[in-house]
Amino acid sequence: MKNKEKVSEPLFHIVKRGNLPTTKSWLIRIVSIVAALIVCGIVTVLVTGENPFEVYGTMISGAVGTERKIWSTAQNTAILLCISLAVTPAFKMKFWNIGAEGQVLMGALASATCMIFLGDKIPNWALILVMVVASIIAGAIWGFIPAFFKANWNTNETLFTLMMNYIAIQIVSYFVFEWSVPAGSGHIGIINPTSNAGWFPTIFGQKYFCNVAIVIVLTVIMYIYLKYSKHGYELSVVGGSENTAKYIGINVKKVVIRTMILSGALCGIAGLLMVAGTDHTVTRDTAGGRGFTAIMVSWLAKFNPIYMILTALLIVFLQKGAGEISMIFGLNESFADILTGIIIFFIIGSEFFINYKLKFREKTKEVKD
Amino acid sequence: MKRFLAILLAVVLVAGLFAACSGKTGGEKKEALKVGFIFLHDENSTYDKNFLEAAKAACEELGAEPVFKTNIDESSACYDAAADLVDQGCVAVFADSFGHEDFMIQAAKEFPDVQFCHATGTKAHTEGLANYHNAFASIYEGRYLAGVAAGMKLNELKEAGKLKGDVPKMGYVGAFTYAEVISGYTSFYLGAKSVCPDVVMDVQFTGSWYDETAEKEAAQTLINRNVDLISQHADSMGAPTACETAGIPNVSYNGSTAVACPNTFIVSSRINWAPYMKYMIECTRDGKAIDADWTGTLATESVLLTEVNEQAAAKDTQAKIDEVKKEIEAGTVKVFDTAKDNYITVDGKKVESYKADVDSDADYTPDTEVIKDGQFMESSFRSAPYFDLKIDGISLLNTKF
Repeated sequence: MKNKEKVSEPLFHIVKRGNLPTTKSWLIRIVSIVAALIVCGIVTVLVTGENPFEVYGTMISGAVGTERKIWSTAQNTAILLCISLAVTPAFKMKFWNIGAEGQVLMGALASATCMIFLGDKIPNWALILVMVVASIIAGAIWGFIPAFFKANWNTNETLFTLMMNYIAIQIVSYFVFEWSVPAGSGHIGIINPTSNAGWFPTIFGQKYFCNVAIVIVLTVIMYIYLKYSKHGYELSVVGGSENTAKYIGINVKKVVIRTMILSGALCGIAGLLMVAGTDHTVTRDTAGGRGFTAIMVSWLAKFNPIYMILTALLIVFLQKGAGEISMIFGLNESFADILTGIIIFFIIGSEFFINYKLKFREKTKEVKD
Repeated sequence: MKRFLAILLAVVLVAGLFAACSGKTGGEKKEALKVGFIFLHDENSTYDKNFLEAAKAACEELGAEPVFKTNIDESSACYDAAADLVDQGCVAVFADSFGHEDFMIQAAKEFPDVQFCHATGTKAHTEGLANYHNAFASIYEGRYLAGVAAGMKLNELKEAGKLKGDVPKMGYVGAFTYAEVISGYTSFYLGAKSVCPDVVMDVQFTGSWYDETAEKEAAQTLINRNVDLISQHADSMGAPTACETAGIPNVSYNGSTAVACPNTFIVSSRINWAPYMKYMIECTRDGKAIDADWTGTLATESVLLTEVNEQAAAKDTQAKIDEVKKEIEAGTVKVFDTAKDNYITVDGKKVESYKADVDSDADYTPDTEVIKDGQFMESSFRSAPYFDLKIDGISLLNTKF
């Protein structure tokens, strides 16, 4: 009993929760978002003196204010979602593929190359087919290389894929300079501006329709692949424990390489969508950091492709809103990024409180003893 | 499904909360002319800051209402931004970066009633659109004047016996082997040569318009090659700070770097975009046609020189600059004078005929005779520079970019 007084219990400790009732987990999420908005509001008033409600309203109108903005938001969501789908199988397998940026760029470069050299030589349908194949192969190769080294020599895939990004950026820079118009300017510009060879067609008057439709189909396929296919099961077993996988007779090497080829191929498709469906050119900024943002999208959705639609939308929504704020209020874009950061911080934070709870020290105990 | 619904609810909630508050979706109901501006970066980049300030000044003077879109990539984001500016009621849209051009043309085709103006582009004269226009300035005149200041500094060093080598040698940090850069360093060199006839110059390229490290390294390479003075055509502080550290005189670009480099900064040339923006707004307001190619000059005050830093410059530099400026304006001094002896030579010979690639195409086909009346007619067949002769006295150290 003497010892009892000496034991100092911390003010609180963290306990893993069991399954939280649905209503309660919702409540936590709602509270966290309200809290995020309140904090954003306080920051807005303190830093800029603007009315926070007006700032929020502007964010909304920036993302979905006009039909054009809705389509722009949809198209950006589609691309981000496509890359998120691509990194998901690798992450589920605990293969830290942070090379999506480079894989997308290689796919984009492959598509652009086909458009430049085959633009006036073969019919458009054949050209698009060749572009699809080329971009998938290019992305897949960029995914295969680090996987091959990982599978055979257990190299560190995080560093490897990261370095592959820089190689891809330099390769793109090289060709963009080589093919630049006018000479030496370092810009290719829109490819085939008059013939539109290799461009995705405009459907229902919408040039982004194809991109959105393709990504919706890919999302469903990826959902089925991960949830119901043998491949999907194998890669989650490998992610859970490599030894278990080996024990039950899964060829880990094969799964790692196969999954990374899939991951790279999907990134290649994202590059194709950027070139054929959106920009019609390639620059070293074509991926634009989305290869990294996609990781967050994938994690936030806990690797579920259907949830990813929402997390990708959330990120794009915040980005679009941020751009609008900087335009309407004349604020630096960094301010809008601060708000985005706060909101995402709270959303991620809410997951903590859904999985864990804080247990505070009970004061009454000692008194009774 | 639970999680999906949860996220959906969260999104709806955010949206609902936002929607409940009335949004501010544009300016007040003034009758002012609305003009849209698209910038590659924001005011943190010296390049874009130069445009931003010009736009603010021009709009304020004419009572127009500017709408700014900053951090717009050279991708379909530029088209989306332009289209959105049109949706907001802008009657003219301006974009500031070379890579925006194709996306501006795309928008111009879609919205024939709106004027689209693009700085540094090359395609307005070949696209033939009534509402798409290019603009630049005869910055080669400004660089020539800055070159005069450099030449005077070299003469001063020579007289004091402080040259690093036998002949005065300058260094130049360039971005790409692009005509705009070539035109720039050549005019700078010619300005120096006009007062210091035996000067030579080394050019080192970085392969980027903005890369502080690469520009610093390029400047260091030149310093190691014993240059007596450095100038640059790239947008970071890399070269000026390398010069300040090494104590090498520097002729700057885009604006004064005197605060960061008090001991080495001599003078800087820059383009003032306000005159063009005023022209663009006035034409749009009055329903007049805007020139497909507009080239600002010393006379329109589109080409400016900063104040001379007395601490680093040679004596009477300012007076000499003023004198040469008058001569350029009067036409007695021509920057690209191909008739003058010992001035512009390629392989030891004067240039009497040259076809430049004025109409940009993927094969770089030379299409226009640009030498007329004993001078290279820079910026007269289109506003963006096309001078790309490699003249004697200038050595390119690397041409991989």
